[in-house]
Amino acid sequence: MPEQTRPAARDPVVQMRQMTRRSLFTGSIAAGAGMLGLTWLGATAEDEGIPWPLRRVLTLNEGLARAAFRQQSTASEFAAQAAEEPRVNGSIGLDNPPPGTAAQIQVSSAGRELRVGVDVLKRMTRVEHTTELKCIEGWSTPVTWAGIRLRDVAEHFRLAGSYVALETPDRAYYVGLDAASALHPQTLLCFEMNGEPLSSDHGAPLRLVIPVKYGIKNLKRIGSIRFTEDRPADYWAERGYDWYAGL
Amino acid sequence: MQVLKSKHARVTRWSHWLNVPLLAGMIWSGLRIYWANDVYEIAWGNHVLFHFFPDSFYDLLQLRHRLAAGMAWHFTLMWLFILNGVIYVGYTIFSGEWRYLIPGRHTLREAWQVLLHDLHLSRIAPPARKFNGAQQIAYTGVVLMGLASVVTGLAIYKPVQLAWLTYLLGGYPLARLEHFVLTLGYVVFFLIHITQVIRAGWNNFRAMITGYELTSKEAFHA
Repeated sequence: MPEQTRPAARDPVVQMRQMTRRSLFTGSIAAGAGMLGLTWLGATAEDEGIPWPLRRVLTLNEGLARAAFRQQSTASEFAAQAAEEPRVNGSIGLDNPPPGTAAQIQVSSAGRELRVGVDVLKRMTRVEHTTELKCIEGWSTPVTWAGIRLRDVAEHFRLAGSYVALETPDRAYYVGLDAASALHPQTLLCFEMNGEPLSSDHGAPLRLVIPVKYGIKNLKRIGSIRFTEDRPADYWAERGYDWYAGL
Repeated sequence: MQVLKSKHARVTRWSHWLNVPLLAGMIWSGLRIYWANDVYEIAWGNHVLFHFFPDSFYDLLQLRHRLAAGMAWHFTLMWLFILNGVIYVGYTIFSGEWRYLIPGRHTLREAWQVLLHDLHLSRIAPPARKFNGAQQIAYTGVVLMGLASVVTGLAIYKPVQLAWLTYLLGGYPLARLEHFVLTLGYVVFFLIHITQVIRAGWNNFRAMITGYELTSKEAFHA
């Protein structure tokens, strides 16, 4: 940028004083406008726990993330020796004793409704991976999960929809997933953790493991799986969190 | 006789001042996120020297139990922070202003001299250029830190879709730590920057507001 001087018509010191006043005035207006904007934002109606403009941005971010989502991108896998016991961080939906081995899961898609035995699902192709369970709080733990792919289940029972809704048997905890994430090859209906049958605390007899999402979406003790065209309700999204929660 | 000399362009000044609330907002919302898993500390063996952060700090800034809102703010403000950074860097490149900022061959030695001078250990005055060596390193460095915050932020925002990036940064837990340490870096930068601006005086500060500084005619023609 070339160096330039203002026309030397007036005393530069006086001129400087005027410019300073003008700049401080402009700055005050800008700062005031910013404060007003913030005050307005804080006073806007809440949309599921956060001011609606912020919710709109989260939805926008979701649109971008879903457009860029690739099922070929997988969570880094670790050696099984790296696996650790994850913290039990939530027990919503686990108040009742776990259903026994004869447990059935309610599966539905496009008006069809099935009851599928957990033992039946366990006979499908077993998949195992050691991936980090990433909590939305910020911690992460490598865990070895074993189960069956949700995409295999969807294919086998011909389930289809834009979204997938999962609930605990008592419906106290529920998550909503976009189909692309639900059908990701690492998304499992899991019945073994670190080589042991799933404990009640961790969601026996069958839980969801979905490494492309934060831990909050990894619902324990599946009671029902519903493929749907409507965006399902989500427990934590109703409490201010991002509905998508994708990693 | 004094004359007015243009120093900082309008774009530079606006992006500089806009960055103040934007970075503050990023740090504030980031701290609300960090609170939910505040595991970092400076320790010597088993002796904890400092835990990030003391309870009083969380209380003062209302950082507790605000993870959801913290994330919503963080992932909203990030767009404005990035946009402002892109405008600043784009302008600096295309206007040629980068010539005053990018460190050169003698920058390190000059920065050392500036440091000794500012600590009253040397009497050699810093050169009267727009930015001396120490400033070049600081201002180029802080822009690179901004870029690093975006990159490490992306690595913990989408660690599966961008698994390669997270891997390059040493994995998910390490990328989170890097993102945090960069934030501490801004605080250090801020403290030194404020000190130096106060030391440099009103004429220098005024140039960041108006774009012009008052200078003697001789110096102007030099």
